[in-house]
Amino acid sequence: MKQLETTGLLDERQKFICLSGDKAGLKCESDSVAGAISQRACVYCGARVVLNPITDAYHIIHGPIGCASYTWDLRGSLTSGVETYRNAFSTDLQEKDVIFGGGKKLTGAIDEIVLKFHPKLIFVYATCIVGVIGDDVESICKAAEKKYGIIVIPVKSPGFSGNKSTGYRLACDALLELMSCARPAEKSIGINILGDFNLSGEMWIISEYLKKIGVNIVSRITGDSTCDEIMKAPTAALNIVQCAGSMGYLANRMEEIYGIPFIKVSFFGIEDTTNSLLRIAYALHDGKAVEKAKNFTDKKSKETASLLEPYKRLLHDRKAAIYVGGGYKAISLIRQFRELGIRSVMVGTQTGKKDEYEVIRELADPGTVVLDDANPAELEKFMRQTGADILVGGVKERPLAYKLAVAFCDHNHERKQPLAGYDGAVNFAKEINMTINSPVWKLLKEEAAV
Amino acid sequence: MLNGTPKEISERKALRINPAKTCQPIGAMYAALGVHRCMPHSHGSQGCCSYHRTLLSRHFKEPAMATTSSFTEGASVFGGGSNLKTAAKNIFEIYDPDIIAVHTTCLSETIGDDIRTYISQMEIPEGKFVVHTNTPSYVGSHITGFSNMICGFINYLSKSTGVKNGKAALIPGFVNPGDMREIKRIASLLGVDYTMLPDTSGVLDAPMTGKFDMYPKGGTKIADIIGLGDCDYSVGLGEFASAAGVALLDKKCKVKGNIMGLPIGIEATDRFVMELTKQTKGEVPYELEEERGQLVDIMIDSHPYFHNKKVAIFGDPDTVIGLAEFAASIGMIPRFCITGTPGEMFNQRMSDVFERHNIDGIAKPAADLFELHQMLKNEKVDLLMGGTHGKYIARAEDLPFVRIGFPITDRYIHSYLPIVGYRGAIRILEMILNALMDRQDRDAADQDLELVM
Repeated sequence: MKQLETTGLLDERQKFICLSGDKAGLKCESDSVAGAISQRACVYCGARVVLNPITDAYHIIHGPIGCASYTWDLRGSLTSGVETYRNAFSTDLQEKDVIFGGGKKLTGAIDEIVLKFHPKLIFVYATCIVGVIGDDVESICKAAEKKYGIIVIPVKSPGFSGNKSTGYRLACDALLELMSCARPAEKSIGINILGDFNLSGEMWIISEYLKKIGVNIVSRITGDSTCDEIMKAPTAALNIVQCAGSMGYLANRMEEIYGIPFIKVSFFGIEDTTNSLLRIAYALHDGKAVEKAKNFTDKKSKETASLLEPYKRLLHDRKAAIYVGGGYKAISLIRQFRELGIRSVMVGTQTGKKDEYEVIRELADPGTVVLDDANPAELEKFMRQTGADILVGGVKERPLAYKLAVAFCDHNHERKQPLAGYDGAVNFAKEINMTINSPVWKLLKEEAAV
Repeated sequence: MLNGTPKEISERKALRINPAKTCQPIGAMYAALGVHRCMPHSHGSQGCCSYHRTLLSRHFKEPAMATTSSFTEGASVFGGGSNLKTAAKNIFEIYDPDIIAVHTTCLSETIGDDIRTYISQMEIPEGKFVVHTNTPSYVGSHITGFSNMICGFINYLSKSTGVKNGKAALIPGFVNPGDMREIKRIASLLGVDYTMLPDTSGVLDAPMTGKFDMYPKGGTKIADIIGLGDCDYSVGLGEFASAAGVALLDKKCKVKGNIMGLPIGIEATDRFVMELTKQTKGEVPYELEEERGQLVDIMIDSHPYFHNKKVAIFGDPDTVIGLAEFAASIGMIPRFCITGTPGEMFNQRMSDVFERHNIDGIAKPAADLFELHQMLKNEKVDLLMGGTHGKYIARAEDLPFVRIGFPITDRYIHSYLPIVGYRGAIRILEMILNALMDRQDRDAADQDLELVM
């Protein structure tokens, strides 16, 4: 069997990298090594990306200005309603606040928002230093709720208290708190969509499919949703979980609290989209929906497959490297690349879980490099070693790929077209083809050949 | 978009909405990237480092390499000393930089980490360096952090041997690599032998080679930073970003310096050129005179299209001051000029500009874009200038918009080309004219659409 070539890697890092066939398995779900150029973000970031798409919420970042500046309108979550969430609100803590406490300023900021905008819902994110300087964010939020009769939810998310996944969990807790503010209502027959953030309008595509197969949507969490919509979530009959990394916890908790069962779904690629729609219909025990789903997915997958044909010819035998946030998406991408005749030769994630890595190692072709929380040097090393033609990743990976003359597709906040569903599968093929077969690489390859 | 902004301006004491600044550490990271074979190191949670790298990548469309101490609960309770020491060891081992430039964050500042002591306890490989600066995120802005990091390098490295090296120390201000190239070009044309700190040209505008260089060719060399202490004189461009470095060189190494504004526009570039010629006692070469003449020529040709146009400018203080002066000097009205960076000096400099050019203008430091938007709802302007975040206001108010400054995350090439110097002024003028004239074309009735303008 092929051995993993590890020269130039930190000893501590070697446990986080393996080949798909390795017996030993892979270390993951731990803190980054100090001194690494980690591609990871923090707890606050995790909490913020999950809650941010709630369009009518006011997100106050309690801390020095940076955390608000960097996350202002941070992901391409689209809205069909108000655009409140696209503003940046912060207490912009100053030195004197750090010395004397920032509590008064936070109370003031909430007062000013209430006076100006009459909000229904405010999230207060406590960043790194808030706990250290001793602000009692919880009491301040409670007092404001009482004073104004609105919902003010604290999200205590100091960056150092774990990694992005910890932040996802905090966001889920905040969502549960929001749901608990609703009055008990009668159960409906619809579903909640968990873990779609309506990047480039993907939530709209999925909603359209569900409508076509006769499935009602109660609440979308959190893409293009509102405070009221999320509060209705407990009445749903089923949760479908798309981004399991961020929302698996919420699904589990909602099952415990509200007795709502859930299934994991993925809408990336034809195969996953078809399976997901069918499984939703079955899970609802709705014969009509099953029938409709069969017809719909049958028609759509044939249609889409024929649309992919020309791209398959153009992309035949290419090799892909994947480096994304969560494991579930990586799994979908391996399948989706396979649909296009592309082999995945390197697969990594920032915060993938053990069971997800198991699946990846089984699913990927033998010899595929699998790695957790990689740094740029490792990405470079293994993209070179495996001869990847394209990297799928996020903002920090894009310029790295380009420097290595490797094509790139953003499957994160900066995706430019919807990549979900059948429509997304075609967009994905188009985008992969556009970047891999662009003439801009030609010059370099000619120079390299000389 | 963002049209929820109400017209009525009410005083805000606690709430910041839509900031026109960000925090110190990213400025320090940017400055450190301008030193050759330097690894910027963020001593805090890993999110900080990730955010800064992301924003720098979004602005420059280049990889921005930096490491982090990856703080955990433990570090935030017991101090980040062991994280920093482990980090330094790992960084030298795996990334092999010549120097690590540590900057702090709000967290490591608040828990009181003593970086200088940690560094003194490190085992630093022979011939390598570790420097640091304090960049508490709750003081100043990214401009302050940039300024502090420059001081960090000078503090640790620059030495006066007692023998002058005949060079000028140039501190370029918080500007793009394209500007740094232009400042160097002007200095070279004037026959000035210089060391510029920092110098991100060749780093954040490095050419495509088909391979990834962790440390591209550009950046100020460590030996040259040490040699700053022997320079004949120093020139700092942009008071907010460069004054501290100039003052420190004077205090530490007795290198006398002159602090001036960023050379944006014709007057400021004249002053910069005069300052350097005063030092060299040389002549201004024809090449520069020609560029200046071209700029004047273009100004005259096109003046009917920008004359008396009202403009709102936002961004970093040194940039806004420079742009406002240039706008005023060509007959535009810089009506609203705001920066997110705090500092009374901004008001003083802007008052100078307003008075000299008889402008009825409003300037405000420590302001935000929500407030600027409100100002513009109450009084319409003809043009908006600033970073990408202005696009929300431009769309809501249907204003022509020139992207200039930091950050620009939705356009390409901007960081390669200068806004400083005479050539930079020509470029600014082209951007202003294109924005105004495209708008005129867009809004013209069929019968008014002109072929020749």
